[in-house]
Amino acid sequence: MNNKMILKIKALSQNESFSRSTVAAFCAFLNPTVDEIGDIKTALSEAVTNCIVHGYNHGDGDITIEAEIDDDNTIHISVADNGVGIADIEKAMQPFFSTSPDERSGMGFTIMESFMDKLEVSPNTPSGLIVKMTKRLNKEKSEV
Amino acid sequence: MNIIFKNVGNTTYIGLAGELDEHTAMYTKNKLDEILEKANSRIVFDFSGLEFMDSTGIGVLIGRYKKFRDNKFSFFLSGANSTLDKVLTLSGIYTIMPKLNI
Repeated sequence: MNNKMILKIKALSQNESFSRSTVAAFCAFLNPTVDEIGDIKTALSEAVTNCIVHGYNHGDGDITIEAEIDDDNTIHISVADNGVGIADIEKAMQPFFSTSPDERSGMGFTIMESFMDKLEVSPNTPSGLIVKMTKRLNKEKSEV
Repeated sequence: MNIIFKNVGNTTYIGLAGELDEHTAMYTKNKLDEILEKANSRIVFDFSGLEFMDSTGIGVLIGRYKKFRDNKFSFFLSGANSTLDKVLTLSGIYTIMPKLNI
């Protein structure tokens, strides 16, 4: 049976560490490798940072994180905000694209894309952004 | 986030311990700027105590590189765990701050 968690947090940077650890703890029963946990925590952190820095521009707002694990050992994570959203999603997903390139790397979506198996970014309703990511765990173990 | 530094010969070793993300980025920037103002010409970042870093940390490193361009520092990165090593590789930062195995 699928297992699911929903976490709703204020868009505050001190909640980043908390949300990473929570999602990591949620998938612990699958016995993920240290590298798999590292990948998930990093990808999630990129998505939550986007909500805080771009979606809400460090202002007030909520972030909803949902994680679901299916029978195929695959974790589906969605990170949603009701901030300003992104006008040109395709452009924003280009490596090194940043609205403030002096202190920002523009690597967020590229990291999510390469650390997870699948990434989908779409507008939220009525406003904001939803980032959906999936990753199959224990791939190496089960394919041997 | 804990940041310590040590001067040895022409090298300043800067050790970061903890988690570098949006929450600790401002403190890290300020602390690094303070150390780099008086640093030696060769800078070695030691990430062996860094448990987590995302692309916000890449931005912090690139920001320091740009800010201290006139100081002609040579920067090196060491001690990254395997996840952080992937982040660093993906960002291309090793081309301006080579990896050092110590």
